[in-house]
Amino acid sequence: MTLHLAVALDGTGWHPASWREPGARADELFTAGFWVDQVREAEAGLLDLVTLEDSFAIDTDRVDHVQGRLDAQLVALRVGPVTSRIGLVPTVIATHTEPFHVSTEIATLDYVTTGRAGVRVKVSSRADEYALFGRREADAESRESLFDEAADHIEVQRRLWDSWEDDAEIRDAATGRFVDREKLHYIDFEGAHFSVRGPSITPRPPQGQPLVTALAHVDVAYRLAARGADLVFVTPGGVGRDGPTGDAEAILAQVRAEEAAVGRAGDPLHVLGDLLVVLDDGADAARERLRRLDETDGAGGGPGLRSDARILTGTATDVADVLESWHGAGLAGARLRPAVTAHDLPRITRELVPELQRRGLFRTAYEADTLRGHFGLARPADRYARV
Amino acid sequence: MPKQIHLAAHFPGVNNTTVWSDPASGSHIEFASFRHFAQTAERAKFDFLFLAEGLRLREQGGQIYDLDVMGRPDNVAILQALAAVTERIGLAGTVNSTFNEPLDVARKLATLDHLSAGRAAWNVVTSWDEFTGENFRRGGYLPKDKRYLRAQEMLATAQALWDSWDADEVVADAAAGRFVRHGDAGRFDIRSDQFAISGRFPVPRSPQGRPVIIQAGDSEEGREFAASSADAIFTRHAELEAGQQFYADVKARLAKFGRRHEDLKILPAATFVLGDTESEAAENARQVQYQQVGPATAIAFAEQVWNRDLSDVDPDGPVPSFDPKTSDDVDSGAHISKGRASVRMFGDPVAVANEWRELGEREGLSLREVVIRKNGRHTFVGTPQRVADTIDEFVQTDASDGFVLVPHVTPGGLDVFADQVVPLLQEKGSFRTEYEGTTLREHLGLQPSPTTVAAVSVEA
Repeated sequence: MTLHLAVALDGTGWHPASWREPGARADELFTAGFWVDQVREAEAGLLDLVTLEDSFAIDTDRVDHVQGRLDAQLVALRVGPVTSRIGLVPTVIATHTEPFHVSTEIATLDYVTTGRAGVRVKVSSRADEYALFGRREADAESRESLFDEAADHIEVQRRLWDSWEDDAEIRDAATGRFVDREKLHYIDFEGAHFSVRGPSITPRPPQGQPLVTALAHVDVAYRLAARGADLVFVTPGGVGRDGPTGDAEAILAQVRAEEAAVGRAGDPLHVLGDLLVVLDDGADAARERLRRLDETDGAGGGPGLRSDARILTGTATDVADVLESWHGAGLAGARLRPAVTAHDLPRITRELVPELQRRGLFRTAYEADTLRGHFGLARPADRYARV
Repeated sequence: MPKQIHLAAHFPGVNNTTVWSDPASGSHIEFASFRHFAQTAERAKFDFLFLAEGLRLREQGGQIYDLDVMGRPDNVAILQALAAVTERIGLAGTVNSTFNEPLDVARKLATLDHLSAGRAAWNVVTSWDEFTGENFRRGGYLPKDKRYLRAQEMLATAQALWDSWDADEVVADAAAGRFVRHGDAGRFDIRSDQFAISGRFPVPRSPQGRPVIIQAGDSEEGREFAASSADAIFTRHAELEAGQQFYADVKARLAKFGRRHEDLKILPAATFVLGDTESEAAENARQVQYQQVGPATAIAFAEQVWNRDLSDVDPDGPVPSFDPKTSDDVDSGAHISKGRASVRMFGDPVAVANEWRELGEREGLSLREVVIRKNGRHTFVGTPQRVADTIDEFVQTDASDGFVLVPHVTPGGLDVFADQVVPLLQEKGSFRTEYEGTTLREHLGLQPSPTTVAAVSVEA
């Protein structure tokens, strides 16, 4: 079985000095062309998907770091019409958004891309992000409550996607009816944080259910993924807020245990390992690159590269070795975070991908047209449809 | 040079103006329809494309209203995708001020403006009803008398956020190791009746500075709001004299807000039906009216006035002789029609019913024919030359600055206008033959956004 490969795009890359590298195009960061070119590069490498990071708050007050970002969903929508096969997975912050709006936006991304939409649902506990909305107190809520809310957010998105049966639009000239309202459904969701009546304003999207994903480091997050996601990104050999996350086997065991605990039905989660990559022709050269980048950042007093995911400095072959071992441990694939997008993304698409193909571990052409299809997931039946 | 006409194209909406039974009617959802429509409008050098917003499916008599086109994608999302397949045309969408938060809305519109290189516009609308609120976190939280306050504060807050980054804040100077000039660009602290928010706005200043602001609304409050802070106003006054009165009234209000006559564009909505001859156009218009108001739709319209079930009334018979039920205010949860702002336009239902009955009796019209007469009128019917002449007359005599054209067929309904009417307007010299600017502000002849301020603090 082959593995799945994703790239996580964040600004000019995951290293804080990445914007200062040759070819980084930092002055174009807020233009469409910057994002289109990156996603097209990922698509040329036949990747399953790209994720787009997002946050409402600005991470730093350092003038030598990138500040500011665009709405990730809209970046995905801008890229959608000028790509053709790759999945587009923007980040959405469940804590501060309306599930109704997010559901229709992601459904719209699915229409625009004819079935390549996903969403990465994220929880926010940052006080500065709460202050931007001024509606709730950051420290008034437990982590469990925030994750429960995110699970509700996903549930509402999913119910709304199903709230129009596929054949609801009938255009029956004889009776003058455009829809069969028996095939439109109130979702009547009642939760601790919100209630949503439905139906959606948007008909059921091409994939039926766009792909739902989450990044998780701890049990409560694995549980969220087990309850509502199709795909979970984990950090083998990484460090979460609560300490080391464990190796691939250990994490996978935790994920499967959470799936059992919540009584997950249907397809098991696809589990992808996150890896931050600093690539070069040789291991020494890669280490030297990272040293130089850290030094550049440190010269102004910056912290250098910090990561919750394992950092790999080495060659494309080294990455392939790690991915192969993770694959052996049961992971479905990996999401790579390029330290410097301008440098490391082409290394992924032009060196790592051919290496994985040589090993028989990666597709040599896209076989499916939809993001669900890339993961071998069928178009699900509508939960409201009468059989 | 004659006064220049501004034209916008409204993607056909979820109401009975849009004819779905026409053989040419395509998908209202698929991206290909939006792409076709936008590219037609851009080919014709329109100022902008406009997409309305949906937040809840309409209901009548306790059931989802099933006679009209319904269902739509998220409008701002579609506009952003259309930026990828168009180059110059403005991209305008309605975003409700009640069921959104200012930081999120300002961020989305600033992103749209960045990723379209300066083509974004926001039609600010306000609502308060519990019915729509049932789909959102806060429910029907907003009292009716605070809806304009909410909209005004929402807009003022969004503008403060857009202004919170200087245009030259991002320097991205790799050699000097300086990405921004200041460490806390975007800082704001806003305390008002509706909002208590602070922090840093995450999006650097967009190409237009502030996206173009559109307002619709005919009330005294609506006119003041538009005169104080909108760049364009959508109206229903598409008759010459009424248009001139509205135009003069709204333009006269600009001075007291320190604004110039040309800082606010007045754009009535208009439908059109063309024909090779006047009589052919009239016949086409008649057919479209009968498509727009089928027997079931005629009954549904009557129910909105009578506020009761009329399913046993014959649409081809006379207007009902009994009076409407007036015990429920149209804004109350008890009214038969929900989620339809236009119901309020009927005014006093008993008077409307009398008017319909008298018209029916006087001219021997059936209920359906009366509804068509009252609701199915097209703004422009005629040969392309006649329609071009009329549009130009409206603009040259200050009844409007142009029009928002609403075709009745998706997605090809604008094609004939682009092919046959626009060239005639161009011949008159009153409509552009090429885009001169790149941003929507430039297309509309608006001044650049006000210069920025480094720190924003708004007090109630």
